[in-house]
Amino acid sequence: MQDRSAFQEFRAAAIAMTPLIVAVMPIGLVFGAVAAGKGLAPAEVALMSALVFAGGSQFVAMDIWTHPASWAALGFSALLVNIRHVLMSASIGGKLDAFSGPARYASMLLLADEIWAMAEMRASNGRLTPAWYAGLAVPFYCVWVLTSLAGALLGAFLGDPKVTGLDFAFPAVFIVLVMGFWKGRETGAVLAASAFAAVLTHQLLPGVWYIAAGAAAGVVVALFSGAHREAHA
Amino acid sequence: MTVDLNTLLAIVAMAVATIATRIGGLVLIRYVTIGENQKRALEAIPPAVLMAVIAPTAFVTGPAETIAAAATAVAAMRLPLLASVAIGVVSVALLRLLLGASW
Repeated sequence: MQDRSAFQEFRAAAIAMTPLIVAVMPIGLVFGAVAAGKGLAPAEVALMSALVFAGGSQFVAMDIWTHPASWAALGFSALLVNIRHVLMSASIGGKLDAFSGPARYASMLLLADEIWAMAEMRASNGRLTPAWYAGLAVPFYCVWVLTSLAGALLGAFLGDPKVTGLDFAFPAVFIVLVMGFWKGRETGAVLAASAFAAVLTHQLLPGVWYIAAGAAAGVVVALFSGAHREAHA
Repeated sequence: MTVDLNTLLAIVAMAVATIATRIGGLVLIRYVTIGENQKRALEAIPPAVLMAVIAPTAFVTGPAETIAAAATAVAAMRLPLLASVAIGVVSVALLRLLLGASW
């Protein structure tokens, strides 16, 4: 792997990430427009995208935004929406052999869903290096911040995202990523359990507990089907 | 362009919470040894988390969203990511128009 320079790794990763970067552009624009509609200044929108950098929790924050903003409610909501990142960083954390200690922690700061999913893919069919990770994360991060700002500035010119269907870009990206993790029947069982628990929790509890419930159900099914297979082996 | 103090505090609180979750897993695996069962659980995390995020949109928002989600999933088996996402976005917009709004 020494024959490939860090720059080549960075470039190859950025190219692999291009479809996701294009897909996140409308999502960033929609977020900026929604936030501006809630009364946030363009500078505040860009600051949130730059510091939080977690689309799901930023959209949820806009749902519950008040004036003046309540830091406790918004901080807790972000914690709950992003609790899945604990699982994501635990999963990718075991695949960072090429990273120095500080680089591991620094890279986790940019662990958005799309970057994490692409890093997992790289780790499963190649070697995940710091340069590769940076190629996934840095351009994506810049585009997220810039398109949020552009959305806040353009605001009403973009039209209603429900009518243009752009609000569906975010779930659509996730659907495609889920399909990429398909590995046969066991994946099907994990997905079914996760979907069932998430929908049920979503119907019964307010807020975003459904994400934690779905993740937990999927993991439990994976453990159970594994134990079952061993018992029959 | 000014930044309101309460808004700034809220943004910082959200950032701190998010960073805590992103560092959390890395800290966790330093104290938990990864055996066969832990490995199986970790491998199930990526699809389980992504599925949980999209499930309410895909299954209980309305027929337009459910059909568009299915179309996106089918497209993803054959087409690259961007084309599949475009199919999802266009089909949800058309279906909402045809079936009436569900929002």
